[in-house]
Amino acid sequence: MPAPIRLRELIRTIRTARTQAEEREMIQKECAAIRSSFREEDNTYRCRNVAKLLYMHMLGYPAHFGQLECLKLIASQKFTDKRIGYLGAMLLLDERQDVHLLMTNCIKNDLNHSTQYVQGLALCTLGCMGSSEMCRDLAGEVEKLLKTSNSYLRKKAALCAVHVIRKVPELMEMFLPATKNLLSEKNHGVLHTSVVLLTEMCERSPDMLAHFRKLVPQLVRILKNLIMSGYSPEHDVSGISDPFLQVRILRLLRILGKGDDDSSEAMNDILAQVATNTETSKNVGNAILYETVLTIMDIKSESGLRVLAINILGRFLLNNDKNIRYVALTSLLKTVQTDHNAVQRHRSTIVDCLKDLDVSIKRRAMELSFALVNGNNIRGMMKELLYFLDSCDPEFKADCASGVFLAAEKYAPSKRWHIDTIMRVLTTAGSYVRDDSVPNLIQLITNSVEMHAYTVQRLYKALLDDISQQPLVQVASWCIGEYGDLLVSGQCEEEEPIQVTEDEVLDVLEGLLVSNLSTPVTRGYALTAIMKLSTRFTSVNRIKKVVSIYGSSIDVELQQRAVEYNALFKKYDHMRPALLERMPIMEKTASNGPTEIVQTNGETEPSVVEAKHPPPVTQPTNQANDLLDLLGGNDVVPVIQNTVSTKPASAGGELLDLLGDLSLSGGTSPAPAPSVPTSQPSFFLDGLTSQPLFNDIAAAGIPPMTAYNKNGLKIDFTFERANPNPNIAVITIHASNSTEADMTDFVFQAAVPKTFQLQLLSPSSNVVPALNQGTVTQVIRVLNPQKQQLRMRIKLTYTHKGSAVQDLAEVNNFPPQSWQ
Amino acid sequence: MKVNRQGKLRLQKWFTSMSDREKKKIIRDMTTMVLARQARSCNFLQWKDLKIIYKRYASLYFCLAVESQENELLALEIIHRYVELLDKYFGNVCELDIIFNFEKAYFILDEFLMGGEIQETSKQIVNRSIEASDMLQELGGYAAGCPSLSPPRSL
Repeated sequence: MPAPIRLRELIRTIRTARTQAEEREMIQKECAAIRSSFREEDNTYRCRNVAKLLYMHMLGYPAHFGQLECLKLIASQKFTDKRIGYLGAMLLLDERQDVHLLMTNCIKNDLNHSTQYVQGLALCTLGCMGSSEMCRDLAGEVEKLLKTSNSYLRKKAALCAVHVIRKVPELMEMFLPATKNLLSEKNHGVLHTSVVLLTEMCERSPDMLAHFRKLVPQLVRILKNLIMSGYSPEHDVSGISDPFLQVRILRLLRILGKGDDDSSEAMNDILAQVATNTETSKNVGNAILYETVLTIMDIKSESGLRVLAINILGRFLLNNDKNIRYVALTSLLKTVQTDHNAVQRHRSTIVDCLKDLDVSIKRRAMELSFALVNGNNIRGMMKELLYFLDSCDPEFKADCASGVFLAAEKYAPSKRWHIDTIMRVLTTAGSYVRDDSVPNLIQLITNSVEMHAYTVQRLYKALLDDISQQPLVQVASWCIGEYGDLLVSGQCEEEEPIQVTEDEVLDVLEGLLVSNLSTPVTRGYALTAIMKLSTRFTSVNRIKKVVSIYGSSIDVELQQRAVEYNALFKKYDHMRPALLERMPIMEKTASNGPTEIVQTNGETEPSVVEAKHPPPVTQPTNQANDLLDLLGGNDVVPVIQNTVSTKPASAGGELLDLLGDLSLSGGTSPAPAPSVPTSQPSFFLDGLTSQPLFNDIAAAGIPPMTAYNKNGLKIDFTFERANPNPNIAVITIHASNSTEADMTDFVFQAAVPKTFQLQLLSPSSNVVPALNQGTVTQVIRVLNPQKQQLRMRIKLTYTHKGSAVQDLAEVNNFPPQSWQ
Repeated sequence: MKVNRQGKLRLQKWFTSMSDREKKKIIRDMTTMVLARQARSCNFLQWKDLKIIYKRYASLYFCLAVESQENELLALEIIHRYVELLDKYFGNVCELDIIFNFEKAYFILDEFLMGGEIQETSKQIVNRSIEASDMLQELGGYAAGCPSLSPPRSL
């Protein structure tokens, strides 16, 4: 068999291939030749064949059939064979292949070889790809070599030990004695690898860390020598002596000094020295400075040193080199929390970086800018950030918009500024904002009562310009629906009022309904807005026409709304004004945004609405047991509420709270602990099912009352007298929801003073639809034998916009006829 | 990892264990990202939870993928030092040298880095070790001192 072709020859041949297919063909041919050569167990050419195989492997072709051959090469006595064999092992084998364990014995022998280069090869291979089993077997050998005086081997053994520790952390203890005089070496290679080893051990074990703290003075000394010593040709890089070692020592010092006052103190001087003396004209110097800054920020350094560090970073920001600017921004981001004021000084430079061409730098600058915004610089910063939002790439817009909203919420100097800012964001980056920005903005607008006219006017003008940005359109249509009367009346204090007629407004809204740009959600907003205007405008007929047209819309949501509004016009016209009246100020529910109090220092008197922390969703509890516990084993059974919901009634838990509240409240309220009926009393009328929607009011002449009206949830009570027994008052509650999101899992509970008896029948549903599109009704029967004044505590729980809401209220304003 | 401008891999060294498929994917991703970078952008990229530091020398891109707490500026120095070592060994190194002597490039790398860390900071010592190993190879390399039975075969 002719000698297999040489490696260089093969490479040359493969490079002449003009297509991928040609190359593949050549390689397959060669692989076949190699395979047959392997089968012949040819010792002389094995090395050559494996080398060729490695080349083909690098090009991306499979080479696993060479794995065993590598092992044979390693076992050979020839240095060339071993060299290629170990290289092959590192490239083709790793702990995933079972064959790798066969190497262990070879490596063990080679670790004890008489030639240091062979030992080196073995250490290198073990240190690069050794599996945990191999490491366990060979750790002893490595440890022995760590103590040798041969610096060539010692440094390799140190890094091999690092790998062993990474794979098998339990073996760390084993290497401890050998580390004793590692740092007294003169050889830089050994020093460097020793520092790496010590770093690894300290990072993994707090005990080791404490143990090695005593090395701090020695490390400081070594570092000092490096800096002070003159030119050393061997380790010089652009005039700096062994920067790699300097950086590693700085890193180890960082780990040792973190959280420890004494060590940090011992380092202060040397850190100051490095920071001031290092040449910054080349990248090397800056690399060292960078590491120094990181170390200063992490340890307990004195404040002067910290200021020095931040100033270094500030200088980095002005450097022409992009890499250095990037690195500076990254570090400033890490330190901005702790050293906020110092970083603020560099704010203008950071803001300039927003205009940089490089994407990585822009992103870092944006994050840092948001971190730096505070009450004092909000106006200036926001100008820059909005300008950035205008011109930045789409990948940034979403994050930037969210950041702007958050910052505006936290630091808005005035409500008008806040609204202007949000409008600006919606007009420039409207399609990238988060979904909850629309309800947040609406909530903000309702809160700033005096700005309503201004807001609706601006939004109207924005709509005239552009109806493609959905969030903006949604907010605008909502506002026009609510405050359309202000719009047409032409009153606006903040700026020139515009003259708008009712028809023009309706034109715009109808335009939204038919436009292809509007999403279904937007159309829903528009339709509801038109409906609301029916109570605020005079041209009701036009509105009626629009609404009836959409009664046959393909979109189910629109159709439903239109049909219900139609019904409102026809059958329940008397209810329309009440249903469509202005919404009350919404309270801010705890959402994804910040839950801090909104700071509005400035022109308007803030109606500070504290974020309510919704109580955690209560777990269904065992009703009877809880109540029994509270009542001390009284012979009572809790109100059995025949609920519609499939969830086991969590009434027990709440009722517990309810009763708790009642018992704690002092004052004039009567004694707590309502007694409850023990079973289904027979006198309850049959057939008294849940009331239909839009019940007729004022049966039996008792005027209805509003028991509760908060957060958009309104509960009205209507009264009837149960005929057989005049002591029973039948109260029907009507719960309606004027916000734009449904209230689900709605549960109504009531408790009455001791002298009364209460029964709750099942509610009509437990979803209160949004925008007053329907009500939930429930019947309460109250037995009042002693004709006492009726009082009631009610508890409401529901889920609104994803968060659970719970509220308690006392109802005292029952009309006298209801209980006399 | 060294990649040339057409995306051909010239050298790859892995310091963590991964399946072949993962390696291929990572190489593909990194290559695409690095080659897509504009000329004057900064040399650092964020990719998943790793930082990629790359530098271009003539027709080759040298890339390092490091963990997030590494010093990027120093990584650039590491790349530069390796290039210097290659330059010293081959004498004005160019891509062809590395193509035809890829195993030597690996040997040099193994004398400079191990397990992802620097093992020798002195250029001279690294060069001397490589030269001595080469000599050992030339001499037939029976390290135990046995005479060679046949003249050494070149690769």
